[in-house]
Amino acid sequence: MRWGRRAAGGADDAVATGAGIELRGVRHAFGERVVLDGVTLTLTEHRVGVIGGNGSGKSTLARLLNGLVVPTSGTVRVDGLDTRTQVRAVRRRVGFVFQDPDAQIVHPTVAEDLAFGPHNQGLDDAEVAHRVEEMLDRYGLAGHRDHPAHLLSGGQKQLLAIAGVLAMRPQRIVFDEPTTLLDLANTRRVARVIDELEQDVVVVTHHLDLLDGFDRVLVVEDGQVVADGAPAETVPWYVARMG
Amino acid sequence: MLSLYVPGDSVVHRVRAGLKLAVLAALGVGLFLGDSPVLMTGALLLTLVVGVAVAHLPWLALAVQVRPVWLWLALLFGFHLLATDLRTGTVAVLRLLALLVAAAVVTATTRVTAMVAVIEWLASPLRMVGVRPDRIGLVLAMTLRFIPLVADKAARIREAQAARGGSRVRLGMAVPLLIEVLRMATTVGEALDARGADDVPVRRGGRRARLAA
Ligand SMILES: Nc1ncnc2c1ncn2[C@@H]1O[C@H](COP(=O)(O)OP(=O)(O)OP(=O)(O)O)[C@@H](O)[C@H]1O
Ligand SMILES: [Mg+2]
Repeated sequence: MRWGRRAAGGADDAVATGAGIELRGVRHAFGERVVLDGVTLTLTEHRVGVIGGNGSGKSTLARLLNGLVVPTSGTVRVDGLDTRTQVRAVRRRVGFVFQDPDAQIVHPTVAEDLAFGPHNQGLDDAEVAHRVEEMLDRYGLAGHRDHPAHLLSGGQKQLLAIAGVLAMRPQRIVFDEPTTLLDLANTRRVARVIDELEQDVVVVTHHLDLLDGFDRVLVVEDGQVVADGAPAETVPWYVARMG
Repeated sequence: MLSLYVPGDSVVHRVRAGLKLAVLAALGVGLFLGDSPVLMTGALLLTLVVGVAVAHLPWLALAVQVRPVWLWLALLFGFHLLATDLRTGTVAVLRLLALLVAAAVVTATTRVTAMVAVIEWLASPLRMVGVRPDRIGLVLAMTLRFIPLVADKAARIREAQAARGGSRVRLGMAVPLLIEVLRMATTVGEALDARGADDVPVRRGGRRARLAA
């Protein structure tokens, strides 16, 4: 088994994440339209990137990883848990950050939204409060605790969305185009946040810079993984192929 | 009603939301049962003291809530002068003012989630007929969250249409807005799933136990 590189700054053995994510013979169709076909993969690396053209199937692949989408055929297992039959357990393990933070912030104020996930996990009030404080501090949102989420900048909203997921302490996090709506400064900031995560991450992106230092990058085309390897090989290959 | 909470650490802030709402309700009943100008003036002064001196709310936070109804209060007073007498008019106006200020103090010192939790608790008997009170609470919170967002989207669509020389036909705006909102709703649904909104068994126990305590 291959073990991924851990976040800079040590903690090499702090998170033992087990068997990783395994997709076997995955095929997915929306109605007649086949969106993914014949995908077999085992993801054990610390940081995995997914790139590919619009409509190639990246988001669908990402959604498979925490059971938001269940494959039409084939299986997806996260640390041995089947997303078809053990979806709750899978979702507790795998956090998901969407492209548009506005769609995933569901409570009116910053602190309330941070409390949402941990509260759903059934944690007691003290632990929920502790996690909220931790996230407010870590992502520079302490001054915005009781502010309407609505009034945050785009960058702050994305940080809040990420913090809302981290507050649930998942072992893995899937990001679907986390920087697409952000300006350059905020893109860098989010890239740094992802970089510093201890958790294993899968990042779908069109921002190829984000993948610097990643352990593995998959290229998706027409519902298939057409290239898979170190970013130094796959990214230039993809760029050349795109013309 | 969207961002009336004024952060603070006063006694009033820390009192449980349910208690505050109960006091507010009791005050309402008391004020409508009584009819002495002294009682009304006393109640108004008391709520002002609680709001400004105890809860340290800025005058503005209270004034904002009273402002929209000034005209109605003036009309009510005028009506009473014509139809009844000065005393009845004074009592009627002071009573409403006292209630308004009291309600303003409660909203300014209570977080939306705390308020929502009380509503969930009040709705808990509905569980017998299959309603999930926590869902009512979540829907309320989400309504407060998404109203400004949808308003923003509407404004942006209006601008885009104006920029293209569109007229101000409402229907023309409704369609793109509906499409945007529906598209977002799909992701919101997924986000709720991803964030464990459906992790029912554990959550229910915790919250019910806490509120019942
Ligand atoms: N819920 C759905 N119902 C029907 N078709 C869908 C659905 N979701 C995605 N599709 C289709 O599946 C294909 C792959 O979509 P997917 O979102 O996975 O692509 P993507 O690689 O993420 O694209 P992008 O870069 O534009 O985000 C697209 O043709 C899309 O139209
Ligand atoms: Mg996508």
